[in-house]
Amino acid sequence: MKSLKRSTRDAFGKAILALGKKYSNVYVLTADLRDSLRVSDFADALPNQFIECGVAEQNMVGISAGLALRGKVPFATSFGVFSPGRTWDQLRVSVCLSNLNVNIIGGHGGLSNYKDGASHQALEDIAITRVLPNLKVVVPCDYNQTIKTVLSAYTDKSPWYIRLSATKTSDITLETQKFEIGKAQLLREGTSLTIASYGPLLENILNVAKKFGNKVEVLNFHTLKPLDEESLLQSVLKTRRILVIEEHQIIGGLGSAVASALGQKFTKKFKLKILGVPDTFSHSARSLEALYQKFGFDEDSLYHSIKSFLEK
Amino acid sequence: MNSYKELQDIAKKIRQLIILMLLRAGSGHPAGSLGLADLFAYLYFKYLDISPKDPKNPNRDLLFLSNGHTCPVLYASLALKGFFSPKTLTDLRKLDSPLEGHPVFGLLPGVENTSGPLGQGLSQAIGSALVHPKKVVCILSDGELQEGQTWEALMFAGNHKLSNLTIIIDRNNIQISNFTENIQPLEPLKSKLESFNLVTYEIDGNDFPQIEEVLKKREIIDKTVVIIANTIAGKGVSFMEGNFEWHGKPLDKEDAKEALAELKT
Repeated sequence: MKSLKRSTRDAFGKAILALGKKYSNVYVLTADLRDSLRVSDFADALPNQFIECGVAEQNMVGISAGLALRGKVPFATSFGVFSPGRTWDQLRVSVCLSNLNVNIIGGHGGLSNYKDGASHQALEDIAITRVLPNLKVVVPCDYNQTIKTVLSAYTDKSPWYIRLSATKTSDITLETQKFEIGKAQLLREGTSLTIASYGPLLENILNVAKKFGNKVEVLNFHTLKPLDEESLLQSVLKTRRILVIEEHQIIGGLGSAVASALGQKFTKKFKLKILGVPDTFSHSARSLEALYQKFGFDEDSLYHSIKSFLEK
Repeated sequence: MNSYKELQDIAKKIRQLIILMLLRAGSGHPAGSLGLADLFAYLYFKYLDISPKDPKNPNRDLLFLSNGHTCPVLYASLALKGFFSPKTLTDLRKLDSPLEGHPVFGLLPGVENTSGPLGQGLSQAIGSALVHPKKVVCILSDGELQEGQTWEALMFAGNHKLSNLTIIIDRNNIQISNFTENIQPLEPLKSKLESFNLVTYEIDGNDFPQIEEVLKKREIIDKTVVIIANTIAGKGVSFMEGNFEWHGKPLDKEDAKEALAELKT
């Protein structure tokens, strides 16, 4: 499917503006990152629903909790490394323990901020959010899916963490494609290997998967929590091989969730491999492609990983 | 309604309940809870527009407790006000009781926020004050002024001039390990707060006329107001008064007996 290349943060900016115009209880907060999170249009159009907190993410998340206590639906925006990175305690206590409809929007997820270096690349956000009770963890893969995610986050009354990316991709999903929170999306059917992934990396994965004909099945786990164990078990029952690929530390991400689910619930033999960031910090780079090559996420590396796993 | 004498009686009753709750729980934080009893008596029985018959009324006043470890004073005040039966107070910290060791929103009528890990309450109070049509009061401890988030929130409050937000700092000078000034000094506190563009008053937080006067003054100020309420930690129980060792020390039967005897006189 060929289309314009767009990012999930671009979609967020568009979706949140439309949502805010429709519902006056939608609030957007930012910690001095309105342009990066694409909420400048929202700030201009709906100044009474926009709160600039300055570079104070912890206060921003607390204020969001206070708004949600009054029936507002706040979307607290920053980079993932800062929020939930440095707001984890506020998210845990002020938001999740009270089970409030607060939406934490973490921009520049994964390696998408390749320029700014290790400190700015959110590679641990899934691990630290996945453990929090009441919290849903969602990573939309493309523009269309982000639009639907934002609407679902508004409708659902529990707290959410939504990881966004600056990476631009072609459309991976269709505007009309079914999207259900907590339900993995079958992007490609196959017989011999299940690939589980999420986020913009799916574009490379799908490009490579098709080179293996009908062998590779691709599941989009846009909802990391709650994990769709049923779709996972069903697919692995067929393929008996699962490769998890994620722009995240191998420790604590989707791979860990999949290993835990399969280890406890799948009684037949299977093979599992997790391709992620191997317990290391990343680096600055001049292009995303350079980092993808370093960690094996570029199409050539992915092809070889899939091929060798299929041959095992 | 509720003369100073009546408020004194209510505060005494709150203190007695705090002792009984903590004795039964076997753990908890007596000093801060006792020190705040007069403020809570005034707020719940003379100041806040709230009704236990309609605890979710959207036009009610709100009290946010940031220093959640002092929740025995909150629970006792709510129970005496009629939000739930005082009989349940002795379930403090019991498994499956709504009286959590630190308050959790949604478990008990009248509890407006979750708190415990220090520094989180003021941000929540601000979030509500921004969109709430009525008064919002936030109680902070002095110890939690050592938390960075508190100052993020104070900076925001000074900037946004929230005329419906009143911040009361329980200045009892103690924290768990020692006196605040021996751990990480807060003074000069009033000028620090004023430099954050906050209208700041200092009162004796165990004195009803002073509490009343400052809250009246507050009504005509169109900005966020901070009240430094100097209180005596452990107030009402002589062997606890001003002693940081009673910050989080449980009472045994003898302690409780002695404390209750003092609180009866």
